[in-house]
Amino acid sequence: MPEPVETPTPPQWAAGGVGQSPIRPDAESKVNGSFDYASDLAFEGMLWGHTLRSPHPKARIRSIDTAAARALPGVVAVLTAADVPGKLHYGLIEADQPVLAPGEVNYQGEAVAIVAAETLDLARRAAELVAVDYEVLEPLCDASKAVEAGEFFRYQPVRVGDPDTAEAAVVVAREYEVGMQDQAPLGPESGVAVPADGGLVLHVATQWLHSDLEQIAPCLGLEPERIHMAMAGIGGAFGAREDLSVQIHMAMLALRTGRPVKMMYDRAESFLGHVHRHPARMRYEHGADAEGRLVYVKAHIVLDGGAYASTSEAVVGNAASLAVGPYKVEHVGVDAWGARTNNPPCGAMRGFGGVQTCFAYESQMDALADALGLDPLEIRRRNSLAQGDQLITGQVVEAFDPAKAEDGRPFSPLRDLLGRFDDIPVPAVPAGRDIVELPGGTGNTTHGEGVRRGVGYGVGLKNICYSEGFDDYSTARVRLELVDGEPVAYVHTAAAEVGQGHWNLQQQIARTELGVERVVLLPNDTKVGSAGSSSASRQSYMTGGAVKAACEAVRELWADRDLADGPVEATRVFRHRATKPMDPVTGQGESHVQLALCVHRATVDVDVELGLVKVVDLTCVQDVGKILNPVALEGQIHGGSAQGLGLAVMEEIVTDEGRVKNASFTDYLIPTILDMPPMRLRIVENADPDAPYGLRGAGEPPTLSSTPAIVAAIRDATGLPLTRVPVRPEHLTVGRPS
Amino acid sequence: MSSVAAPARFGFHRPAAVDEAVRLLAEHPEAVPVAGGTDLMVAVNYRHTRPEAMLDLTGLAELREWTDEGDSVRIGSGVPYARITAELATVLPGLAAAARTVGSPQIRNRGTLGGNLATASPAGDGHPPLLATGATVEAVSVDGTRTIPIGEFYLGPKRSALKPGELITAVTVPKATGPQQFLKVGTRNAMVIAVCSFALALDLDTRRLGTGIGSAGPVPLTAPDAERLDLPWTDPARFDDALAAEFGRRVAAAARPIDDVRGTAAYRRHALAVCAARALRRVWTAAHERTGR
Ligand SMILES: Cc1cc2nc3c(=O)[nH]c(=O)nc-3n(C[C@H](O)[C@H](O)[C@H](O)COP(=O)(O)OP(=O)(O)OC[C@H]3O[C@@H](n4cnc5c(N)ncnc54)[C@H](O)[C@@H]3O)c2cc1C
Repeated sequence: MPEPVETPTPPQWAAGGVGQSPIRPDAESKVNGSFDYASDLAFEGMLWGHTLRSPHPKARIRSIDTAAARALPGVVAVLTAADVPGKLHYGLIEADQPVLAPGEVNYQGEAVAIVAAETLDLARRAAELVAVDYEVLEPLCDASKAVEAGEFFRYQPVRVGDPDTAEAAVVVAREYEVGMQDQAPLGPESGVAVPADGGLVLHVATQWLHSDLEQIAPCLGLEPERIHMAMAGIGGAFGAREDLSVQIHMAMLALRTGRPVKMMYDRAESFLGHVHRHPARMRYEHGADAEGRLVYVKAHIVLDGGAYASTSEAVVGNAASLAVGPYKVEHVGVDAWGARTNNPPCGAMRGFGGVQTCFAYESQMDALADALGLDPLEIRRRNSLAQGDQLITGQVVEAFDPAKAEDGRPFSPLRDLLGRFDDIPVPAVPAGRDIVELPGGTGNTTHGEGVRRGVGYGVGLKNICYSEGFDDYSTARVRLELVDGEPVAYVHTAAAEVGQGHWNLQQQIARTELGVERVVLLPNDTKVGSAGSSSASRQSYMTGGAVKAACEAVRELWADRDLADGPVEATRVFRHRATKPMDPVTGQGESHVQLALCVHRATVDVDVELGLVKVVDLTCVQDVGKILNPVALEGQIHGGSAQGLGLAVMEEIVTDEGRVKNASFTDYLIPTILDMPPMRLRIVENADPDAPYGLRGAGEPPTLSSTPAIVAAIRDATGLPLTRVPVRPEHLTVGRPS
Repeated sequence: MSSVAAPARFGFHRPAAVDEAVRLLAEHPEAVPVAGGTDLMVAVNYRHTRPEAMLDLTGLAELREWTDEGDSVRIGSGVPYARITAELATVLPGLAAAARTVGSPQIRNRGTLGGNLATASPAGDGHPPLLATGATVEAVSVDGTRTIPIGEFYLGPKRSALKPGELITAVTVPKATGPQQFLKVGTRNAMVIAVCSFALALDLDTRRLGTGIGSAGPVPLTAPDAERLDLPWTDPARFDDALAAEFGRRVAAAARPIDDVRGTAAYRRHALAVCAARALRRVWTAAHERTGR
């Protein structure tokens, strides 16, 4: 008879609990290469699927002849739009994207036909044999023209006060452009569909199993109960796995052939087969008084959503509501559009609508500081929102630490962060540097010739969790039982581990709440309720909150029971506080759950003659509410900052009349270890009383602020205005490309 | 349909000696040589090529050696970049500097000069220093061995003087007789294909300059007009910025760049002018210091 185990009185310190950095459960396998990513899956008797994609950004399909493809020995099925068993369209918010192009294609890379064959090579050959007769049409690739023509997914204005008559002592007006960034997850889109008693098991690497299921089932004409979604190992996501990719296609092929079907994109197809970050053109006008206090801001923001809706609607909401950043301004006129064009579809990427405007408003703050001869930190301090102030949407800034007050003034979380730079010196220029420490690196382009140093700051404001009235929730089931006389917690959720360390966090929460050592994570699938998406920096908050709630419930049950009599189990659904939609005319509304701030200081060395940049230091001050796992948090800040660095100086999907010119890692460059400097972090904990443990979502904010900080530093080094990212060497030397 | 039917069987040959290799190549003209595979396997993955057979060169020990030939070094075509950097930096500083810029450590451990030459990409980093130093390429087939001067090797984008059935066995590179430089411009600080590159060799014995331009024309180029620049040999201190700039202008004028996704033609010309001027200043200064004048 085992000793009765004592119920702990939480939250208490527990080994490997919240606030510590236990080794993550997926660490060993990911390091030694034994982790099963979706692309590693294999089943007996498995076929390979492949997608035929449109080479044209816009065309009518006159006919599709699949006879030659079907005649190829080893080819088992060739399917087109006519074979879609259920609904013809799917989509995350609006179902407007065809499963397979029905009679026209609207972007280069749109899926036209799918093939299943005995080998991947055969499937690819068969796809080449599908004869599609296209009537090529002229694509619409200019987002501004699309907006003028009424082709947009959403228009969201914000109006406060009277921006058109407000008078300002200083005015800066500029146009900004942000190129199309890609999430570039290293793991390509992949999955396997396995037929099972009239239904299917779908093994897929996705950010949100239940949302996938909601979109997949109607297109297959199957009841959702007939489809079991099982999470496959995810090799990075960053938003790229919010939209469907292989899911419906491999399911259709499995249903048709009665055999397991695997699909796996190669790198080029991956670049064509997922959405990108919206490129943007933004016209900003900031007016300030003689002390640099903002009087008005006007912004005209055009985001290019590409051919299909994806999440453009929500991205536009973020761009509009966060359009001026964490600054106080009385008169505001913002107009934001998400255009529909024949460019590649754009949707979710880390930062989600906050990144583009952040580059613009931070560049504007610097331009104002310049015009007034103010220090960049000082102008930001003077305009910082404080507790009780309103965002441009009317949302009151709260839920920062109300206990803190500064000499009579309401507490300003931004002023708090800005102040932390006072005792972090800008790094000195070391003597006798190796070429790898200089711009151009081993390219040996400079030994110091032409090198100038610059320093710049960037501030980012990001909404955490889904906004605008979305009824978001997460579900967790926790069971506690005795195994060999020891209590073991089993945690079951559908939350995607995209690399952020969420599995680890679930274990940490269970240890802290239940005081147990062993926590077993059950596979993520649809046998438990939805966890929502691993996006919007929300999973610690939402699924963390759900696991915490379920553990609390288990603890209560456990208090009245001896575990020796049997396990205790509880399932809990966690919701954040309700939000409201934005008013369609004024943009007003408490639309966001939580706000997060991050500030970067970048130090760069620029070879001003060659236009090559080396970021030598990134210092980051971020408010995370509460540190749940120091190592994972630092990783998130490093990674987010690196992605922002990528956008600042190299990452761009280049299109020409709707055609992607660089769908490869040879020409879509992401930062290497020689591009990303070691970082200095100051992590601040201004707890949010509404959030589990006081946490504030942390994955996205650094992606916003590092880009404008780096560009500001390059401006400081070169004296050039630099209104476009990524900044390319030619922008710093011979001018803009044609 | 026969043209796309699956190949009967993928052929793989792994010879142990060069004569066996060229015989196999003559017998199996469809076989594609593979050394490090860092160009070929990318092309296969991207389905730009679908070889029916491969001839693996990594079993040929003779290709993985370099030998000191007195005035020159004969580098086996299979010597990876990592070894060129580590072992030949003193005698062939230009080539070693170029080798150091190729890809990542993994690529430098596998990638070879022979593969770089056979691919003959105008962006290949091996080419400019070979042009600047007047190297020669040794090609072997069942018909025997021939030597191709580097200036005659490049025929067009990804086209070279190498004939079907020929293998590159070695590259012979004259030892440096003065300072050499290699500069490569890329939009990333490592692991990047050159936007443009420039190699310079100063020959103190003959008082001549050798140049090589990469990634700024359909083939790797030299800048003969720049090589003819009058340098103040008798009074080295007279070397000035204007002279370096003139050299840069001549190098830029020799380039035939295009606009592409990696950079504009205008930028390439500009960057070449800057790189060439810096290279000349560096070699001149080094030569001046070295000769103690
Ligand atoms: C990630 C990455 C980064 C890269 N970065 C660079 C870079 O910075 N700079 C650069 O110049 N290149 C770069 N490359 C390209 C490549 O590494 C080089 O061109 C390398 O020199 C190729 O050598 P290899 O031995 O791998 O050639 P392989 O791929 O084995 O062969 C290439 C071609 O040459 C032929 N071939 C090989 N050896 C011989 C021979 N002895 N005789 C006749 N034909 C032969 C093959 O048939 C094939 O057509 C990069 C490649 C990758 C994948």
